[in-house]
Amino acid sequence: MTDTSYPLYLDLAAGLFLLTAVGVLWRHQLAAMIRLFALQGAALAAIVAILGIHQHSLELILVALGLGVLRAGILPYLARRALGGSPAEARETRPVINVAASLLAAAGLTLLAYAVTRPLVALAPSPATAILPAAVAVVLIGFFTLVTRRRALSQVVGFLLLDNGITATAFLAAAGVPLIVELGVSFDLLLVVLVLQVLTTRLRNSFGSNDLDELRELHD
Amino acid sequence: MTILLLLAPIGLPLAAALLYAAAGWRPRTTAWAGVITTAVLAADAIGLAATVTRTGPVHTAGGLIRADALSAWMLLGVAAVALLACWASPAYLAAGRTTTRRARWYAILLHLFIAAMATAVLAGNLGILWIAVEATTIVTAFLVGHHRTRTALEAAWKYVVICSAAIAIAFLGLVLLYYAAQHAGLSGDEALDWAALTSHAHQLDPAVTRIAIGLAVLGFGAKAGLVPLHAWLPDAHSQAPAPISALMSGVLLPVALYAVLRVKAVADPALGAGYLRTLLTVLALATLALAAVLLIAQRDFKRMLAYSSMEHMGLLALAAAVGTRLAITALLLHMAGHGLAKTVAFLSSGHILHQHASSQIIDVRALATRMPMLAGLFGLAILALLGFPPAALFASELGIARAAADAGMSWATGAAFAFVVVAFAAITAHTGRMLLGPPTRTAAGATADGTPPAVFTNAAAMPLIAGLLGAVALGITLGPVAGLLRAAARTVGAP
Repeated sequence: MTDTSYPLYLDLAAGLFLLTAVGVLWRHQLAAMIRLFALQGAALAAIVAILGIHQHSLELILVALGLGVLRAGILPYLARRALGGSPAEARETRPVINVAASLLAAAGLTLLAYAVTRPLVALAPSPATAILPAAVAVVLIGFFTLVTRRRALSQVVGFLLLDNGITATAFLAAAGVPLIVELGVSFDLLLVVLVLQVLTTRLRNSFGSNDLDELRELHD
Repeated sequence: MTILLLLAPIGLPLAAALLYAAAGWRPRTTAWAGVITTAVLAADAIGLAATVTRTGPVHTAGGLIRADALSAWMLLGVAAVALLACWASPAYLAAGRTTTRRARWYAILLHLFIAAMATAVLAGNLGILWIAVEATTIVTAFLVGHHRTRTALEAAWKYVVICSAAIAIAFLGLVLLYYAAQHAGLSGDEALDWAALTSHAHQLDPAVTRIAIGLAVLGFGAKAGLVPLHAWLPDAHSQAPAPISALMSGVLLPVALYAVLRVKAVADPALGAGYLRTLLTVLALATLALAAVLLIAQRDFKRMLAYSSMEHMGLLALAAAVGTRLAITALLLHMAGHGLAKTVAFLSSGHILHQHASSQIIDVRALATRMPMLAGLFGLAILALLGFPPAALFASELGIARAAADAGMSWATGAAFAFVVVAFAAITAHTGRMLLGPPTRTAAGATADGTPPAVFTNAAAMPLIAGLLGAVALGITLGPVAGLLRAAARTVGAP
């Protein structure tokens, strides 16, 4: 990879990374959302791999492989298993905010991401930090998905988007946090998804539905 | 020797968890193993506190595990509450007629929970601290959902989703802090180590650090029950089994606040004290206001205790905002006193819940005439939480008020203590209704399946009495821990 094509590949991967997050807001079908999430995991792995090749760092390339397996393979697989075999249930029927408004919000959040990341880019301008806004935009869109969706599984996908965005930020800004922390983070993430999967299964087995709209026993 | 003292707090609970995984839960034998390991843990914490007071900070594992006076103080709190919770667990599980299988999982997760909290306070690195705090969410998820009722599962879901998202935001903050630290010339391994961060704080880029610190404080603050991401707290604390609620309220919230203190120690030299003082004051007042308002019309006594925890966390956040040595000393004392008193309150609320098969205040009447012992313990714990002397909270609340006034924050202090007075009135009224009044014929007596509830024995009362004595002892004299408390306040407090 030459020095001129490196920013090009990086921008391409970052574009895909952001686009898949917007796609999650656009699609209703939970299965499609999970497919988009898997694609995003691949884009994340590509970003890290491109950074690794550019810096001639074998460690980063190996981390990219690990990330790819976890975020494009294992996590989507677990999410699909939590979905169960019932296609009738597999739609986000009544989001708090409708799709058109959600897409507008995504555009607004991306602008916001560009505004708040200006000091981050200014600290060390480089092709890698130049796409930090895309990563932060994914964090914001993930958080937005988490708070505006009612289905248990869409909330999980929102949480995973949030986490992908944070991981991308870590690699773009600082070529990753120390390996022991990165391992701990990935392991924690995997466990959170497993815990949520067990909880959705228990909720569905005990009460027949995992629509969080029905979860309103607890309030003041 | 020091290495053993540093690693045992993590190793002992892990060993207990392994024991329960292998041997299961047997009411007469293994049920007490956890009490023994936590008692050893408490002894270890005392040993560590003595070492740290004598020789200053100690570390091992390349600085990943580190203890200074503040860590030692926190570890003492974790060990004390964990001991009470483990001591009370056999009676709680027996009264709830828990199956052996569920009891085994309960014991495994309980000890993993203690191990995670011990790791959090002994971490020498913000990354490890973050991993440990997130691990507490994972292991307690199923403890919150222990009863498998609809409300318990709902609480567990909310707990995991909100806390994981909040703590992910804190991680984003740490990532940005790491970024700033790298550009301030710190190497990769040092860039999250707070000893190194604090000494290089003035070189950090202020604009990036401001974003980083704000995110970290919001994220860890959510785990400490501060607004805006507090919604999990009343649900999780009211649905979890009583000993778990005690641990979550008595030490998990303080551990999250401890993370905020560590972040603050880095932030203040980098950004000046004003930035976090403003942020924390806003969070503290909002939390206090919300807790006070929701306490007024509360109908459920476990939720009442949960909102009372939020109220106390608001006060602690205010003390952190003040940030002087006096404020931090009062904060740490308040943490310990609240931890012990709230543990007793939650443990006795568990017994009240078993006796009445309901957590509604209206279903509990005239407890003082029907069960004087239980009512007395619950009432005394509430009095301690309300800040009556001789409990430690009296001295610490005075200390917080005085430190805030000295720092010129009289406006915020006035508002905060106005909310405290509202909460005081609400809690007094609700507790009065539970304990006093004429007995009604319908109240008390039967569990859901019609069998009479287990009797509240003297043996079950022992951990509660021990907790109350601890809270009172701290209020009367600090004795040998005074030096430790002073040293702890010096590590994060401004002079």
